[in-house]
This record gives sequence, C-alpha cells and structure tokens, in this order.
Amino acid sequence: MPVTRRDAMMIGGAAVAAAATGGNAAVPHQPPAPVAITLRVNGKARRLSIDPRVTLLDALREHLHLTGTKKGCDHGQCGACTVTVEGRRINSCLSLAVMHHGDAIGTIEGLGRPGALHPMQAAFVAHDGFQCGYCTPGQICSAVAMLAEIRAGIPSHVTDDLMQVAFSDAEVRERMSGNICRCAAYPNIVAAIRDVQEAGA
Amino acid sequence: MKFESPAGRNPIDQGRVVGVAQPRIDGPLKVSGLAPYSHEYHAEAPGVAYGVMLGAGIGKGRITAIDTSAAEAAPGVLLVLTYKNAPRQFDIGHAPPGSPAPKKGEKPGRHNAPQLQGPAIKHFDQSVALVVAESFEQARAAAQLVHVSYAAAPGKFDLAAEKQHGTVPEDAPDSVVGDFDAAFAAAPTTVDVTYTTPDQAHSMMEPQASMARWDGDTLTLWTSHQIVHWAVDGVAGTLGIPTDKVRVISAYVGGGFGSKLMIYGDPILAALAARQLGRPVKVALTRPQIYNHTSHRPATIQRLRLGADSNGKLLAIGHDVWCGNQPGGEPEKAADQTKLLYAGANRLLRTRQTLLDLPLGASMRAPGEAVGLLALECAMDELAEKLGIDPIELRIRNDTRYDPEKGPERPFSTRQLVECLRTGAERFGWSRRDPVPGKVRDGRWLIGYGVAAAIRNNLTVASGARVRLGGDGVLTIQTQMTDIGTGSYTILAQIGAEMLGLPIDKVRVELGDSSFPQAAGSGGSWGANSSGAGLFYACRNLRDAIAAKAGYNSTDVQFADGRISANGHSRSLAEIAGHDGIAAEGKVEFGDLTKQYAQAAFGAHFAEVAVDSITCEVRVRRMLSVCAAGRIINPQTARSQCLGGMAMGIGAALMEDQIVDTRFGYFVNHDLAEYHVPVHADIPDMEVIFLDELDDKSSPIKAKGVGELGICGVGAAVANAVHNATGARIRDYPLTLDRIMAKITVPAVA
Amino acid sequence: MKAFTYQRATSPAEAAAAVAGHHGARFIAGGTNLLDLMKLQIETPGHLVDINHLGLDRIEPTAGGGLRIGALVRNTDLAADHRVRRDYAVLSRALLAGASAQLRNKATTAGNLLQRTRCHYFYDTTKPCNKRVPGSGCAALGGSNRNLAVLGTSDQCIATHPSDMAVAMRALDAIVETTAPDGTARAIPIVDFHVLPGATPQVETVLQPGELITGVALPPPLGGTHVYRKVRDRASYAFAVVSVAAVVAPGTLRVAFGGLAPKPWRVEAAETRAGADAIADAAFAGARTTRQNAFKLPLSKRLLASVLADARG
Repeated sequence: MPVTRRDAMMIGGAAVAAAATGGNAAVPHQPPAPVAITLRVNGKARRLSIDPRVTLLDALREHLHLTGTKKGCDHGQCGACTVTVEGRRINSCLSLAVMHHGDAIGTIEGLGRPGALHPMQAAFVAHDGFQCGYCTPGQICSAVAMLAEIRAGIPSHVTDDLMQVAFSDAEVRERMSGNICRCAAYPNIVAAIRDVQEAGA
Repeated sequence: MKFESPAGRNPIDQGRVVGVAQPRIDGPLKVSGLAPYSHEYHAEAPGVAYGVMLGAGIGKGRITAIDTSAAEAAPGVLLVLTYKNAPRQFDIGHAPPGSPAPKKGEKPGRHNAPQLQGPAIKHFDQSVALVVAESFEQARAAAQLVHVSYAAAPGKFDLAAEKQHGTVPEDAPDSVVGDFDAAFAAAPTTVDVTYTTPDQAHSMMEPQASMARWDGDTLTLWTSHQIVHWAVDGVAGTLGIPTDKVRVISAYVGGGFGSKLMIYGDPILAALAARQLGRPVKVALTRPQIYNHTSHRPATIQRLRLGADSNGKLLAIGHDVWCGNQPGGEPEKAADQTKLLYAGANRLLRTRQTLLDLPLGASMRAPGEAVGLLALECAMDELAEKLGIDPIELRIRNDTRYDPEKGPERPFSTRQLVECLRTGAERFGWSRRDPVPGKVRDGRWLIGYGVAAAIRNNLTVASGARVRLGGDGVLTIQTQMTDIGTGSYTILAQIGAEMLGLPIDKVRVELGDSSFPQAAGSGGSWGANSSGAGLFYACRNLRDAIAAKAGYNSTDVQFADGRISANGHSRSLAEIAGHDGIAAEGKVEFGDLTKQYAQAAFGAHFAEVAVDSITCEVRVRRMLSVCAAGRIINPQTARSQCLGGMAMGIGAALMEDQIVDTRFGYFVNHDLAEYHVPVHADIPDMEVIFLDELDDKSSPIKAKGVGELGICGVGAAVANAVHNATGARIRDYPLTLDRIMAKITVPAVA
Repeated sequence: MKAFTYQRATSPAEAAAAVAGHHGARFIAGGTNLLDLMKLQIETPGHLVDINHLGLDRIEPTAGGGLRIGALVRNTDLAADHRVRRDYAVLSRALLAGASAQLRNKATTAGNLLQRTRCHYFYDTTKPCNKRVPGSGCAALGGSNRNLAVLGTSDQCIATHPSDMAVAMRALDAIVETTAPDGTARAIPIVDFHVLPGATPQVETVLQPGELITGVALPPPLGGTHVYRKVRDRASYAFAVVSVAAVVAPGTLRVAFGGLAPKPWRVEAAETRAGADAIADAAFAGARTTRQNAFKLPLSKRLLASVLADARG
C-alpha cells in the first residue's frame, strides 16, 4: 500500500507532539506480511507463519504454547527466557523468531519431564535450587549449557589464567550471573550444578 | 476452631514427616516448565486477545487530551479503553455488593483498584489506556499510537524536603514509656544518628499478569496474587459485582515479596476488556511499568538516639521515623521492632508520615522491620563501638524476657535472641574479629565482620482448608492458600501426611483457587503457621469422621502407615474411605494469645565482607544466620526462605535503590538493568542454623514465620562489617562504592 | 515495536544496498541492543536487514601479523579465541567483563561497537533527550547522572558509551573496516570511529547511511601485560561505573578508560607521563563533573594506580 498523505502528516506531527507533550506518539504502519518459518524445537520441526516482530520467546510461549520458557523482563536483563539455539544459550526475548528459521531450539520441555527428569532438573529438586519456580527453567537451561561452555574451554571473567579453564564454584557464580533469581536460591543452585558436574566428571 | 489457649501435645509432635527435610512436591513440575503461571493457561482461553497497558508519562497532573484514533485504526486492534469510555468502577470505600461489613478498622473495599476513571494523574505510569488486539505485537505497537497530552502539576516527590509536614499516622501512634528526654540527656554514653533507606522494588521474577474470561456474568481470573480472597474482594469491589461472581486462580505465583498483595491494572483491565469483547483477554505488565505503576517499599529517614550507662545498659531508646506516601497509603512502620527488641526504661518511638506524589508505597518483605533494623542495628553497633563493648555482648546485656513497653505481664512466648547470638558467634568465629576497623587485610581487600539482631513480629490470620480421603488412600487438600515460592504445597502435604499417618506421596495439595476454603494466603510470614493450623483442624475433623465411620472411639485411635488402629484393631484408610471417600473441612481463628504474649521470631546475622581498598567495591564472603522461629516444618524449604531473605538483605545493604527524579516525580531506574538486585556472583555460600523451638502460644502447629525473619537485620550486619573493614560509617543506604570511598579511613593498598 | 519488513541478506553488498535503499532501514545482527530499544520504540526501523548469514564470522590472521575479526564474530567466540586470549588478553578480559554469557553468545563484534548509551533518560520516551529526539533537551543534566560521563561531554549530552570491548580495542588501536552501499571499503581507526556529542548527540559514529561494518583489524600483538579492570555496582551483569584497559610492555604503555565518556577515552600524550597520577591528570584534563558523578575521577585515578602497580609487578 502506498504511503498516504495522512501517514506523511503523521510522521511530521508525531515528532512535534512527542517533543511538546512528552507523549509516546508514533507513526502507524501497515501490517507486515506474516513470514513462514520453521523452527526445530526440541528436535521437532514446527512451522509457523508469524509477524516478524514476534520474538523467539513469544513464538515459543504464545504460538507453540511451550510456556516453560518464561518472560521475566523481555529486555535481556534477567535470563528467565534462556533457551539454547544450536546448543548455545541465549536470551530468547532479544531475538526475533524469523531470525531462527531452520535453527535447532532447545527449551526446558526438551530436557526432561516429571518421572524422567534431566539430571540437572533432578539436582535442582534435590538441592531446592528454586522457590517460586519462575526463573527456574531459564536457570536450568543456562546451567546445562554453561557446563558445556566450561568443557569447551571458554574462559570467564573470573578465570585466573585465560588459557586454563576449570570448573569451580566461583566460575559457576560468574557464569550463571545472567540468570537472576529474586528468591535467591543461588547457593542451592550452585550446589545442584556442582552435583551434576561431579556426577558427570 | 478458635485457637485461644496454648496447644497441648498433638499428632504434629510426632515429627515423622513434619520437621523433616522434604524436597518440594511441586518441584518436578517447576523444573520441567509445566507448572502454569497466570499468563499461561492457553487451553482455558481459546481465542484470547492481548491487552497492553499504556502508563502516564507524568508524575502528577491531568490528561488534557487523548486521541485514540490512530490506535483504533491500527491493524488487529479490537478495543482501546481510556477514561473516556471505560466503564464506571468503584474505589476504596465501596465493598462488593452483598459482602459482609468489614472488620473493625478496615475500610470497605480496601482492595479496590479502579482504572481509567478520569483525567487526573496521581503517579507516573498510572494506567491511561488499554489497547487490546489480536496479537501481543499489534497491541504493543498500537499502544504507542495513543496520543496523550498532559498538563503536569507540581508535586511532592522529595521526602527530605517534605518530612517537616509529617503527621502522626492513625495506625502508628507515638509510643512513650518513661521520660526519654531526661534519660537521654543524663546518659553517660549516647549516640544520635540519622539513617536513610531508599525506595526499594520487590523485583519478583514474574511480572504481574492476569487473564480474564467471562462465562455469562461470572468472571474467571487467572492472576498472580499472594492472597486469593483479597484479589476476589478487590476485583469484585472494583467492578461492583458480588464476590461469588468472581473466581480467582493463583495456583503458581512467580514470586511476591509483597508485590502481589494488592491488585493493579492488569486484572481489572483484563476483566473490563474481556467483558466488553466477549472473549478472553490477558494483560501482563511490562517490566519497566512495574516500578512506577505498582507499589514499592517506601523510603525512610530514621533518627536513632540511644543512651546507655557505662556497662552498656540502655537507659533511653529513641526512634523517630519519617516516611511518605500517597493519600490513603500506609506508613512504613520502621520503629515497630524497637518496641520489642531491647530492654530500656525510657522509650520514645515516633512515626511521621507526609504526603508524597510518588507511586504508592506498600508492603515489601518485612515491612517496618526490614528498614527499621537497618537503622537500629547499626546504631547499636555505633553505641558498642563508643562504649568499647563487643556488639554481641551489648545486645545480650539488653535482652528482655517481656515486652518492654507493657512489662512482665506480657512475656514473650519464646525468645532465644541470646542463644541465637551466642550460637552464631561460636559457629561464625566471631572471636577472630578485630574491633578496630581496617586491621584485617587480604591483599588489596579489607576484611570486616558484622553482626545484627533480627526480630520479626509473629502474625496469625484465620485460615481454612478442605480435605478428602479417597478410596485410593490419597488425601487431597484444597485451600485458597498460595505458594509464592515459600513451600506451601510441600509443608501442607507434610502436615496432612502427619495428621493422617500417610506417606507424603499419598497426599495431593491443590492451592490458590477461590473455589476452595478461604485461607490466610502469603503475607506477613503468617502463611505456613496459619494455613497449617487451618489444615490441622480440617485433618482433625477428618480423623474423627474416619474413626466414626470405622466405628472406633476417636479419642484413642492411631493413624499410621495408611491405617487407623485402636485397641489392637486396625483397618486401612483406603478401605474405610471406600468409593465415596470421606471429606471434612476445618478452619482456624485466633484468640487473644498474641495480646497475652509478645510473639516474635528472633535471629542473629553474621557477615564477613571484603572491601576493595582501591575501588571500594564490597563482596560478601560468607554469611551465617541463626534463627529461632518456632517449629520448622520443613528445614529444607525454611532454609531456602532464609537464604532468600539474606540475599535480599545484601541487596538492600549494597545496591538496591529506586532513584527518584524529583523534577519529574518518578523512579528513573525502572528496569532490571538499572535497579540492581543481587546476581549469582554477589551471593556466597551462606549458612542457616535453626534453633530447636516450639511455640505453643502461636498455633497448634507451634510454628512461626521465617520468610521475613531472613531479611530482618541482614543489611545492618553487612553495613557493620563494612565499617569494621574500612572505618567508613555509611548512614545512607545502599552502601555504594562512591559513598564508601568518600568516608574510607584506611589507605588503599595495591 | 513498530511494524517492519524483514529481509535476510546473503552478501555484504546486498545488505548495504538494502539498508541504503529503504528509508529507516537497519541492519540486525545479534539484536541484543536493537531489539531492546525497538520494544521501547526508541529505535523504530521500518525495515530490518538480517546480516547474520553473511559469513563475517571468522577470525583470521592479517598479512601484517595482526588479526582480522569478522563483524559477526560473537563476543563469546572472540573472547575464547586462543590467539586473542594469548596475544590480546585485554580484549578477552574486557569482553568477559561485559553483560552475561547469554548476551555474549549472541552479541557481535560490530554490534558491540554500536551499542547505545544506558542513560535513564535516553531509555524513557516520556523525557527529553537530545540523543533520542534532537533538540528536545537533556534530562540527565540536573537529573540522575551518577553513572554518566565526565569527559568529552557537551551541554547537549552527557551520555556514556557502555561498551567494555571498545575500550580494549581503543587501547589496541583497532581498525574498523566497512563497506559502503556502492562497494567502497574503508578502514577507520577506532579513535575516529566514535564521535563526541557536541551539538549533535544523535550522531555517535562516522558511519554513513548503509555503511556496513565488515570486521575489525587488530595490529600485531604488543606483548607485555594486559589488564582490564572494571568497577561496577554489583559483582557481575552490570555496566561499568568506570573501567581501565591497560597494556604495559617495556617502552610501551597504553591506557584507555571506560565509563567516563561518550566514547572509549584514551589520551596518547598522557601515556608518556611518569606515574599514575600524572597520567590521569593529563588524561582527565577538561573534565566536567556533576555532584553525583565527580567521584569517577578520583576512582579512576586510584584504579589506574592499582592497575599499573599490578602490571609492573
């Protein structure tokens, strides 16, 4: 659809209004055409036709109804939305679903279920690594990927010698700092991760 | 059942399931992402539409014009609500139709929260519009197309500037014992210090979120709330409909800390839009909106005047508190703990509340004590230093066995403050502390130890539960009680299992649904003890019903191993329950034991900090809390509660600060990147010790709360440790590195 | 977030042309900053060109003995690269001090250079901000500015550049390589890449419309001791209050500061002075502080003294 005179006027008017009133005026836009994508979520191909504005987080929660991945801040400031993409942990709130066409996405639902929990999930239960549970799927997805990062030799801020990467509680605390837990189960989360590490070592 | 005399021995005392560490029964659901939070009930709301709230862009004033035409024309938009077209709602003062008269001292409709009722703006991010669209993305974009013009009005946003206008709050009258002025003037050693605490944000991980569905004239609301019947009252009262037309479900709550004791824009706006559109609507607050749209822990200014004799015996205790709030908002009762914590014949406690136009101040984890102890327990440290007495010894010398305001006729039901301090000193290695600041170094780090006492008043609230034993031998518990991470699911299962002699895996717990019996909910640390007591009576009634059905005399029956037995006879509970099962209800109400006895939980917190002598960054190296809080129903979940409180206390000491821009009247740092809460790297391994204690004046469970005790005093212990490390006495929280750098007395060491 | 159209580009030339050809178009790589700002409608592109598939994700040696870092190399991969860890440790350290692991896994080298400020008022569309709405005023002056800039500011803007990585790159004299829509390549020394606010705080770099960063070249290794020290208000996952990147080798001292200015702050002339205080005094000449952020200067001075003492052992 062509840009109408009304749109053009709104563009001019909006900036003035925003400056004058401190308001949130902005320009209306045509609806974007839905984009067809395929996400490989927990090993299953999921086809979607979605608005390009949909984040990976909202695609999982609102379109695929995989609500284990949580929205805590929607701005990459809490880590509740942590999932893996091609094995790497990211904040799914700061990524568009359309950018992940063809990607392998790992969510909490793919790790394990009651009765068949992933060792990290079981360790979180055993060590009481959560309270309200809202940051928990993100913590667990993050923890699993974090151990892989240590195994891959990726250093962190607290690694003394950048060439020598090894597991330690201090490493866990630094590397898990992108996952905020306001209930502050932190000491128990560290204990859970330590257990999984030791069992796997 | 009214609890009005101390509890005797009862089945809870068996300690077979209760008192034993038990992993959370809701754990497997939570760690697998299958526990549903309020925004996640897709199956219950097919065709749900998405609402996005727009908040006011000014701190105070009025809307002069509002243009919704662009938003209404935007793709996918179904409805735009503003004050011009929103249905009339009812403010505080209007109870839901047909509801009973409120309790003495409670305003009718006190939980009401009307939205979009006029052009007046009382605080930043007050709702000014709701945009509902087919998709979240459409609604969010269209909300930005609502064009609002404002006329800003001058407001009062600066507590320090306004405090002189403070008045005595109705529910915080002056507390005067003896002659404070004379005693303080005559005391050989005194401290007179003023501390400030900033506004703080709950910062629970799940934002407030609601989903509304109407079936005829009945509203079902999935919302994230700590106390279900308060949500029902608030929504029904606001909408002007009877409470039996509102069903609230809060089965899983992603953190509360007080943030979900009230209702805000999300449930009301979702309900209004869903009714108008004839389809379900869900509304979640965005993280940035939470800080100014909802409530917060209000800032305080506190003057502490302590006078002591040369032995450290307190002769005069003065605590003046200044706080501010919106009209109708409550005071931050930061002097409350000072009533009970220490002996002293002459006492003067005063609170002055002034009007502020900032967002509403309300309860956050241990309202009153959490900030009151930040000041009182540092002032005690200052007094100890001045007297040359060890800070633990000073506290021990001022212990009291009774309410120091009321005298020996009101003894404490239990009080193990001295035991907490002594046990903690021993376990923490307090004797290694050098009382002279700045003496202990570890490379460029300065090391300090700090201690503080903790007290949290014990509150109890009426609470009910329904129980049913099925033919499969499974006990099902239903109550409106919520689990906000506190462990309610698990501790109620433990109590049910104990009462009926069942293993815990034969107990199912269903919570947070207003169709269940009304319960205490999660607030004021009253949840576990009160809801546990309600369940206790429900189970007692069920035991009687089972015994009766089995033909046993209920006075001498035993429940164990899934069986009931008496006089050498025994039958399986499953068999007695049969196909129809057996059900019972019970409820606890509390008499005046809390008047006869001062009831509180006590603790002592110990912190070791390291302060970078160059940058003045603070790292807490270890912490220990020793708590005496009645029966500990589940040592594992109770410990977690304390750990959480300790971490939040560290946050309060070192980083948490909602910065007020007094020009615009709002909190400027309104997201999780700028309002700092502790992350993993801030929190060391921490230890919690629970002293053995049963409080038979508290409830038949003999428990008290721990969730708030865990934060009380923690920040002061950290601040005292910072002083011990650096010589810097910072009286304005939080202790940021620039504040420490300005006062550090120890030279930097590279 | 305003509606936009989305395009996945397959070559740098196609990407640059696509952005040049659409009014209000933007590149998107990691998206960790851009999407954050788009959700708040601080950034409102009408067209997004996804450059994640351009193959600019390699780290390769240059002919001159340095390293060329592809624009799309993720922060994690750059920090973990063995050559970077060994020869440019200050860069690894700076990267690892920034953000969180999740963000570093997504954020790119080019995107990190282009991060926008974290000033409260830039982030709040209800308040004046010359960077966001030119001419609207600066709410930070006279407002909450404890963490804002003390050097290189103007009456229009006192925002800081939030990057850690860029501070290390400034110490290393990195070169930003770009391609223009017409295919012209240019190499921009990092000292020239970011510009001070002056009267146009909305302009943050010398990039022209449609100009795409293709990589960053590091000169040959300097050797010596590499240090990056970041001071922040909590132990991790927080922006710098101040930071120092230093490379100390026989006959060489490089010092760049973060958290102090609208760009990584380095004054080469100061590096020849004797002693941390003299270096800091020269580097901080012309500072303009507020009541809230004045502490940043003495703090930086203390930090520098400590860093140099450590580095010189």
